Amino acid sequence: MNAWSNIKAIVKRELGGYFTSPIAYVFLIIFLLLTGFFTFTVGSFFERGEASLVSFFTWHPWLYLFLVPAVGMRLWSEERRLGTIELLLTMPVTTWQALVGKFLASWLFLALALALTFPVAITVNYLGNPDNGVIFTGYVGSVLLAGAYLAITSMTSAMTRNQVISFIVAVLICLFLILAGYEPVTGLLSRFASARVVDLVAAFSVMTHFEGFQRGVVDLRDIVFFASLMGFALFTTGVIIRSHRAG
Amino acid sequence: MIQVENLVKAFGPKLAVNNISFAVARGEVLGFLGPNGAGKSTTMRMVTGFIPPTSGTIRVGGFDVLETPLPAKRLIGYLPENAPGYADMTVQGFLSFAAELRGLRGAARRSAVDRAVELCFLENVRYQVIDTLSKGYKHRTGLAQSLIHDPDVLIMDEPTDGLDPNQKHEVRNLIKRMGSKKAIVFSTHILEEVEAVCSRVIIIDRGRIVANGTPDELKARAPNSGAAWLRVKGVPAAALTEALSGISSAANTEVLRDDEGTVEIRAYPDKTRAGVSLIRDVAELAAQQKWQLDELRTEEGRLDEVFRAITLPDTVKGH
Repeated sequence: MNAWSNIKAIVKRELGGYFTSPIAYVFLIIFLLLTGFFTFTVGSFFERGEASLVSFFTWHPWLYLFLVPAVGMRLWSEERRLGTIELLLTMPVTTWQALVGKFLASWLFLALALALTFPVAITVNYLGNPDNGVIFTGYVGSVLLAGAYLAITSMTSAMTRNQVISFIVAVLICLFLILAGYEPVTGLLSRFASARVVDLVAAFSVMTHFEGFQRGVVDLRDIVFFASLMGFALFTTGVIIRSHRAG
Repeated sequence: MIQVENLVKAFGPKLAVNNISFAVARGEVLGFLGPNGAGKSTTMRMVTGFIPPTSGTIRVGGFDVLETPLPAKRLIGYLPENAPGYADMTVQGFLSFAAELRGLRGAARRSAVDRAVELCFLENVRYQVIDTLSKGYKHRTGLAQSLIHDPDVLIMDEPTDGLDPNQKHEVRNLIKRMGSKKAIVFSTHILEEVEAVCSRVIIIDRGRIVANGTPDELKARAPNSGAAWLRVKGVPAAALTEALSGISSAANTEVLRDDEGTVEIRAYPDKTRAGVSLIRDVAELAAQQKWQLDELRTEEGRLDEVFRAITLPDTVKGH
């Protein structure tokens, strides 16, 4: 009970932190503009002539590649730069409560950004007769994807008090997670590696596990993948924070 | 309330804190003195549970900070060095956040914030963003945060750093007032502060405790503590020195000033002989010799002299 109210207090503070500065609004606008641009222009939504949001979700791994680290880069690095980490962790709060609270706040913020794309879903329903179940699983997959990137960003932001470094390292790791299952890369890899090796590498990719959600398939293995990726990254965040404190 | 035993903290091969033990009871105000980098902040960070010690035990209110950190942390109010605060929050928001993490809810939380705002004179800036505050206000916001739950144990790292003389005075009075009901530890560079506020002083140098006692006890360790200081007109310095050296309770003398017939001279007491009054002997001698005395007084040791004597690497210790 106590743990939960601590987490809630931290979530509230973090979310408040986003909205007291204009950065949150700027981010939301950029996110919505970019999703629109990718869906309608790059993804040629209308030319497809399909009542689906494939052209919307396909771009999310790439879009999040920059936007999620931008949201998460300050999570711990700012705390270390300001010295408030000393305040936070000497409160009657455990490290994991602080960790989860901060992560949840950013995740909620990203979920809000994603929720604001609802006009796209309305548009496609107005124009045609899409399978709304597929759209729903697409959204679920997208939220999980954002969470996975965010957990990685939380880890990189715990490593440094410099937000820029934390951003760059997070982008690099997420890029690797995309490329491991990106078709041009797997195609290149399959030329000199056996199919099993290619599959093994691709199994680490968010692309492979995000794909099912876009097709309306909720595979337990995909959920486990995203959950364990988040779990691992957050656990590592905790280890990094603890090791900083131990000096 | 606080018991620290054999505390050691190593950063790599360097021992930042080397086998420190001390205890603070309720009603005590303990001042931590020491040069920069002596290990004051590191010790405080370990007591508050921010960094784990390499070895040693810390108990706060009977709770082991390592084994049962949460109950120990509940008892502690902590003002870290430089009084960090969330730059994007208002004073009000920051204090309510601190109160919430301290488990205060609803009306209790509101009144706790009100009380802290009043105690630290923050009414003027209550709804201002912390980033826009002056250093003094920022510092007092940090202080308010540490007092929000009226803690039994208060640990403050340089609580008066960056304040103007009036604010320093206010904060000292606050510490003094709270000192009767709480166990307080604070670090400082300002020696007069220690004399004004502390019931006990610990001087730390290079990770070790080099002195532990009341301010008066420490002052007695100054080399000139108990010395007789006199200013005489019309008597040559050499004659004064000779006459003073003849007093049995004086160890040696030192001429401090000698110009235009005015001599200032100090006679150090012979500390091996207890129960003799140097000043009385000097006064008798002066009367006998009919010296024209301008001033005669017993010197009290000064804390800064003690501080220098025991923390400088190449001075003779044991004065």
